[in-house]
Amino acid sequence: MTLLAAFSIFVLSLLVGFEVISKVPATLHTPLMSAANSIHGVVLVGAMLIAVSADNAIGYILGFIAAAFAGMNVVGGYVVTDRMLGMFRKRPVPPAPSAVTAGDPVTESVADRRDAELTR
Amino acid sequence: MSGVENGVELVYLLAAVCFVIGLHLMNSPATARRGNQVSAAGMIAAVVATLVLIIHAGTVKPIGWVVLIVGAAFGAGLGLLSARRVAMTAIPQLVSLFNAVGGGAAAIVAIYDFVTTTTNGGAAEMGSKGIVATVLDVIIGAVTFAGSLIASGKLQGTISSSPIVFTGVRILNIVLTVVMLGGGIWLIAAPPTSDAAAIGLLAAVLVASLAFGVTMVLPIGGADMPVVISLLNAFTGTAVAMAGFVVNNSVLIIAGALVGASGGILTKLMADAMNRSIPAIVVGGFGTGDSAGDTAAVAGGSLREVKADDAAIQLAYASKVIIVPGYGLAAAQAQHEVRELADLLESRGVDVSYAIHPVAGRMPGHMNVLLAEANVPYSLLREMDEINPDFPRTDVALVIGANDVINPAARRPGNPVSGMPILDVDHAKSVIVIKRSMATGYAGIDNELYSDPKTGMYFADAKKGLAELVAAVKTLVG
Repeated sequence: MTLLAAFSIFVLSLLVGFEVISKVPATLHTPLMSAANSIHGVVLVGAMLIAVSADNAIGYILGFIAAAFAGMNVVGGYVVTDRMLGMFRKRPVPPAPSAVTAGDPVTESVADRRDAELTR
Repeated sequence: MSGVENGVELVYLLAAVCFVIGLHLMNSPATARRGNQVSAAGMIAAVVATLVLIIHAGTVKPIGWVVLIVGAAFGAGLGLLSARRVAMTAIPQLVSLFNAVGGGAAAIVAIYDFVTTTTNGGAAEMGSKGIVATVLDVIIGAVTFAGSLIASGKLQGTISSSPIVFTGVRILNIVLTVVMLGGGIWLIAAPPTSDAAAIGLLAAVLVASLAFGVTMVLPIGGADMPVVISLLNAFTGTAVAMAGFVVNNSVLIIAGALVGASGGILTKLMADAMNRSIPAIVVGGFGTGDSAGDTAAVAGGSLREVKADDAAIQLAYASKVIIVPGYGLAAAQAQHEVRELADLLESRGVDVSYAIHPVAGRMPGHMNVLLAEANVPYSLLREMDEINPDFPRTDVALVIGANDVINPAARRPGNPVSGMPILDVDHAKSVIVIKRSMATGYAGIDNELYSDPKTGMYFADAKKGLAELVAAVKTLVG
């Protein structure tokens, strides 16, 4: 890839990035930041490429740190974003409030488990 | 270019498409989760393709494999564990931490490349390899790494969340900027011919950048922290794109630029929601030096304190209640208690809804996540512009640990919250405020709503206070 080609890709990707999330509601600002955060975990690819040419102690140390950092960024980022978004479940607003507890046993058990997690 | 390399490039393109579609799906709560999954699928494809590429290249030494696999597995395990374990209230600092390591990894890619190129072929070789990208990657990556760690520490409470300003910080910043940019330009324009000098110069740039990251974030106050994290997130994206130039890899360039640009837009959206300008935030200090005298007269005003029983009766016999959750609710992790109270009131036929200020919680949208965790359907969560007209028809506005976002002083000029959009809580027929103490919010000014005759102050921790309210409603009105 020539430098010019790389630069063209860079500029066009910037434009796409500006356009793609133009009107996101405030509700999603935190999850979106987290999602964007996990996408830059792609630096793991860069860390892997270090390993290709590393052949001395400095190379191995830098490669190890880069791989660990990037691995943490990418895996943690996606998992935490998914956990956050998993909570945005669409449920019908119950007409009679008693339905809240009786209506959906699966959801309830999940919520109970989370309660337990939180108090632990 | 061999067949394998072509194939890998195509997979990279596919991954890039996944990232774009994934981000686009994040525009709506209904599709957001799928968006994240699409993006994750793209990431897995990119990593597998790279694995194929380096196996095909066949130059990775056994020890290189060990380093790569152990390193990545160690980091991934740590990331997985913290992402699973973290309480929803602590999400912002975790995102900031992931941001730090991402920026750090990007900087290391450039440092490694620089060190190997200089020791293998002399510093002069660098010129043809895009030294500009290397320098930018090191600077941006290092600033993000240090800055995000500080931001994370501030949100966690390990470092004081109030603006930290020390004498000489301006001069120090100027010195650091000169070293950082001057050294960078020197490396680009006239790289030292000796390897040791070139590496030494890069090390100086690296150290100055790390220090600059620290001094940039330290003077920024807690309320502005989300905007800073978002800004640093955009920085990391840019650093990753630069790393893409350094290792000549298309998917790094595309993904990095995407995050850089979308992170920039997001930063602006967040700053707009708080009526703050990004340069003003970076220059530092929420309300520092602003007049504190404006609302000082209120401080001694008569407060009406209410007990759980009074508040419970007021709520139970209301026909319309709006709950205004704020930072205090997030900090006390009282989201489950608030839902219990709302359910109880609804079972008595009270119309309950939630007014969510764009910056409620610790981060824009954070309150939505917390309430979603407590199984509050997001259709009950109403945004500021939508719910403000409802306040005059509301019997009780129940404010839980919110302060600056409901301060009527924001409608007047001349104080730190001036111009910030607020929830019109003072238009409700009566107001109950659950708050631990009379301490001021981030803006550091008093809230005249508290001394309003129709406001009852219920001094308690959000979690405990809500639990007592639930108990009181149950015993008093069955």
